[in-house]
Amino acid sequence: MQKYSIFNLVKNAFSNHQYWDLAWKDPTPKEEYDVVIIGGGGHGLATAYYLAKEHNITKVAIIEKGWIGGGNVGRNTTIIRSNYMHDENGLFSEFGMDLWRKMSQDLNYNVMFSPRGIINLAHSDAQMNAYARRGNSMRLNGIDAVLLNREQVKEIIPMADFSDNVRFPIFGGLMQPSAGTARHDAVAWGYARQADSMGVDIIQNCEVIGFDVNAGKIKGIRTSRGNIKAKKVGICVAGSTNILAEKLNMTLPIETHLLQACVSEPVKPVLDKVVTFGAGHFYVSQSDKGEMVMGGDLDGYNSYAQRGNLPTLQHVLTEGIAMMPFLSKLKMLRTWGGIMDMSMDGSPIIDKTHIEGLYLNCGWCYGGFKATPASGWTFAHTIAQDRVHELNAGYSLNRFSTGHLIDEKGLGTKTWIS
Amino acid sequence: MLYINCPHCGMRSQNEFSYGGDASVKRPELNKEVSDQEWDNFVYNRKSLRGKHLELWQHISGCRQWIKVERDTTTHEIFRTFKADEEVA
Repeated sequence: MQKYSIFNLVKNAFSNHQYWDLAWKDPTPKEEYDVVIIGGGGHGLATAYYLAKEHNITKVAIIEKGWIGGGNVGRNTTIIRSNYMHDENGLFSEFGMDLWRKMSQDLNYNVMFSPRGIINLAHSDAQMNAYARRGNSMRLNGIDAVLLNREQVKEIIPMADFSDNVRFPIFGGLMQPSAGTARHDAVAWGYARQADSMGVDIIQNCEVIGFDVNAGKIKGIRTSRGNIKAKKVGICVAGSTNILAEKLNMTLPIETHLLQACVSEPVKPVLDKVVTFGAGHFYVSQSDKGEMVMGGDLDGYNSYAQRGNLPTLQHVLTEGIAMMPFLSKLKMLRTWGGIMDMSMDGSPIIDKTHIEGLYLNCGWCYGGFKATPASGWTFAHTIAQDRVHELNAGYSLNRFSTGHLIDEKGLGTKTWIS
Repeated sequence: MLYINCPHCGMRSQNEFSYGGDASVKRPELNKEVSDQEWDNFVYNRKSLRGKHLELWQHISGCRQWIKVERDTTTHEIFRTFKADEEVA
């Protein structure tokens, strides 16, 4: 594989950049693989990459119905953080933060990781207490957390509404300085390019239509481009998880819901943090192009549409304007939607299943993008070793029946509870 | 914007309603031994169908009644609505 470097950039400039290698190939499916990963999103690509890199398993195929980067990995709001209270989420995400910091070097691909910090705003004394507790839990797990009072928040984000006459005055906030953003497409492309270079077959435009299971053991999959035998199969398809589960006669603690995001027209640099509104569900950051990237609540009903509805967008942006009134002056550039695998406790599932050789990675709710490297790393471990790693031991499928829920916010699919 | 035909009030906009999830889920019978698996299926496990989906909505800013709505989860088209206690054929 051609290395991306300043020297190769200069060298290729002489030939008008016509002779760069393809970033990844377009192979036809082979008859058999050691591992088949269904879903060529960020998590699937990362899983294949870590299977090859950490476990030397390279006879791997990624089966993608659409194209690389066309699903949620290209539809999120690019936020990376580990500001969780519970040990399972905190340790898992902080492991991921380490992978994020090294990712551009590791993948030889600039993912534009920007650790600019995230601030969760508090709007009451009770919320300040809750944030103090969360911050302390984070620090005990080695995650950086700073509790800010009103004046400190005002210094960092003076454009927020600090006037006397607001419904939800800003009391302070919890900041994770090492959190940030990254360029989401680059993450997908970087993982795809490296996985491909190590021998992984990335098969696009290939839909899975069934599974071959014999005596409780996975034998392969049936696809729109023929049958593929596989010793192990990993499902990593976010909002489409229930569709595949139905083919396996599995019913999962997951519902598929629609989540929207939007960006404004680009403006000059105004906001150098990720900021979330504490009295509702709204978050905003400014992209490198200058667009304000915003998102918030689910549309609220089961949906596979990948296309949002205006009442939710209006509701979310009303919160945004309450937090930062200047947003009302901006024109909206784009809105879009993606379908989320909403688990019932709001935490993900990375586990084995009752079928031998079949592994499940789902339930990412609002937070799939930031988990990309850690999810791929632990899912690869789970598949390669046929046992969960201690980092994803809490993300078990049976925790709902045993009562070991990870109720970070206790929201899950039922957004009205908040 | 979805328009939902409330069987009690007529056609109203989505803003007046609150979503209640899959309407095909049945609470386990009282006065009967209920296995963990049955509770699990009632509380957590959902089919989350793609296509026609029978679901509960509450007309929260209207008559406050719970109703059943048959809706397509891909196109968002609403086919039929029922009172909560109506049998769906």
